[in-house]
Amino acid sequence: MSAALTLFDKVWDAHVVKSIENGPDILFIDRHFIHEVTSPVAFLNMEKRGMHVMYPNRTFATADHNTPTINQHLPVEDELSATQLKALESNSAKNGISHWGLGHKKNGIVHVVGPENGITLPAMTIVCGDSHTSTHGAFGAIAFGIGTSEVEMVLTSQCIMQNKPKKMRIEINGTLSDAVLPKDVILYVISKISASGGTGHFVEYAGEVFENMSMEGRMTVCNMSIEMGARGGMVAPDSKAINYLEGREFAPKGDDWNELVTYWQTLKTDEGAEYDTVHVFDAADIEPMITYGTNPGLGIGISKQIPDPTDVLDGKASYEKSLDYMGFGVGQNMIGKHVDYVFMGSCTNGRIEDFRQFAKIVKGKKKADNVTAWLVPGSRQVEAKIKEEGIMDILTTAGFELRQPGCSACLAMNDDKIPEGKYAVSTSNRNFEGRQGPGARTMLASPLVAAAAAVTGKITDPRELLN
Amino acid sequence: MAYDKFHMLTSSVVPMPIENVDTDQIIPARFLKAVERKGFGDNLFRDWRYNRDGSPKADFVLNNPLYKGKILAGGKNFGCGSSREHAAWSVYDYGFRCVVSSFFADIFKNNCMNIGVLPVTVTPEFLDQIFSEIEKNPETELTVDLPNQEITLNATGQKESFDISDYKKNNLLNGYDDIDYLNAMKSDIEEFASSRPF
Ligand code: SF4
Repeated sequence: MSAALTLFDKVWDAHVVKSIENGPDILFIDRHFIHEVTSPVAFLNMEKRGMHVMYPNRTFATADHNTPTINQHLPVEDELSATQLKALESNSAKNGISHWGLGHKKNGIVHVVGPENGITLPAMTIVCGDSHTSTHGAFGAIAFGIGTSEVEMVLTSQCIMQNKPKKMRIEINGTLSDAVLPKDVILYVISKISASGGTGHFVEYAGEVFENMSMEGRMTVCNMSIEMGARGGMVAPDSKAINYLEGREFAPKGDDWNELVTYWQTLKTDEGAEYDTVHVFDAADIEPMITYGTNPGLGIGISKQIPDPTDVLDGKASYEKSLDYMGFGVGQNMIGKHVDYVFMGSCTNGRIEDFRQFAKIVKGKKKADNVTAWLVPGSRQVEAKIKEEGIMDILTTAGFELRQPGCSACLAMNDDKIPEGKYAVSTSNRNFEGRQGPGARTMLASPLVAAAAAVTGKITDPRELLN
Repeated sequence: MAYDKFHMLTSSVVPMPIENVDTDQIIPARFLKAVERKGFGDNLFRDWRYNRDGSPKADFVLNNPLYKGKILAGGKNFGCGSSREHAAWSVYDYGFRCVVSSFFADIFKNNCMNIGVLPVTVTPEFLDQIFSEIEKNPETELTVDLPNQEITLNATGQKESFDISDYKKNNLLNGYDDIDYLNAMKSDIEEFASSRPF
């Protein structure tokens, strides 16, 4: 009998073109996403070498990172951004790559549009020059972020060189409490194992919590695998994943589809397969979370106090620097802290399900006067759904405006920058110093916590507003 | 792209004894708008290095004339965060050829090796030793010997060996990159591609 394998082993091994002795594996890449920021230099270098794109139909381009979130019908004002967008468009056209530019009905954040259009499928290898490519792991794909040299490798050879990572299993059983969302689950995990706890590993999420989670929720969780340092994370494909994808535009149809479904159903970790690292948590221990520091591992349950340096995994010097930047002190409550900005969006929480949650809280209430809120759908399709489902009306009545899709304040490359010293509750994935603008102070949280902050103007336990 | 070969390096060290130095600090997103790889060294650690008005922050290590060299030593989990290769470019373009830490984020480490910066992982104790020697004497030198995979703290003679795969080592020693290798494998890749179910 052959050795017991994990889900990750099965998908990885199926993509190894060759293993270099005492070196990396040459891994075949099924799908490659590109965007305007990390691809131009790759195309330039490729041209300098006199090479061309090997499989143009395996690469998909969308503009998202530096695009404006208002007036997308007008020319992009920022000259440098406009140049990058042009480069993406012309590089795609020259090389026969499909390109969903600004205003295209399929445009949106790369990790939102991939699954939404059925480009992402179980058992694939998927890469993109963006670390949150791990999102696609929700479908049982091996998906991870790469650098620009690697983008060039994939363009020219459809392969990259990678050492096979170690395997980690994160298992959570039990039932999540009220108002605890997938974002809280992943923030909880990162707070337990730290921002570097997954380094060198690829994660498989298993257990009742993930089995019962929606596809959108699994995407939120897999998205933030990188925030514990892991290369990526995945969930075994089940009927939920298959139902989500069936019939989407780029998903195979008919017999091809049926054959794939049969294959996907075999993709599970074998009994007795071994992991390098295993973490087991209990769903009952998780409450709505919020971060108070400058890395995603510095998060706590919303009702808790900012911990003493001896109780966190970070070194004392880094911890103090972090609290100093945030203007917070040890022992303080998070509840009641002042909020200036709320950012609802990103590839972590910019999907329709996230907006439904946000609307649940703001329905019948008013936006707090001291809060500036940026609500940014993850894609044009999400935007359309928000309107279709009547969520738009709820938001407008409560005094909110909806912006146009893009990465926006997740990385603040466009004009959506949180001003220096201001406090933002953000549904995105990184709270690094300056991530949302120079001097900006970010607190990461779920759409429910973001909505509660948006209507009360301070950090508020969403459970109080739901009852 | 071709880069300078790496063999032996003896240099003083710029110390950054902070954990979790992330790629948004190494190069903030607003400096990622270039379509060419040019001038990234100027914006390395931009927001730690300069005030908003562009004047240098006197207390930041890169602005302190006492500390210079081709080696950067950083605390645990160096390079965490985004996949932007621009972070590695800025390190290289500024003039560093080697980064030493007790722990690197994976993508940053790969990116470094792909462009000719050698990431050297040492034990936490050795890293502490490096920092404390630099504190005593800012001119403290390290010698990084790639062929023998050894790093030496010259002042004390303390040595550690470090890991690197034979393949990557060979690339760095010769200035090769992965694309040269992959290009030679075209027919194997084509055959593999034809058997994919999607
Ligand atoms: S939303 Fe943020 S994390 Fe997601 S792709 Fe855009 S920049 Fe990257």
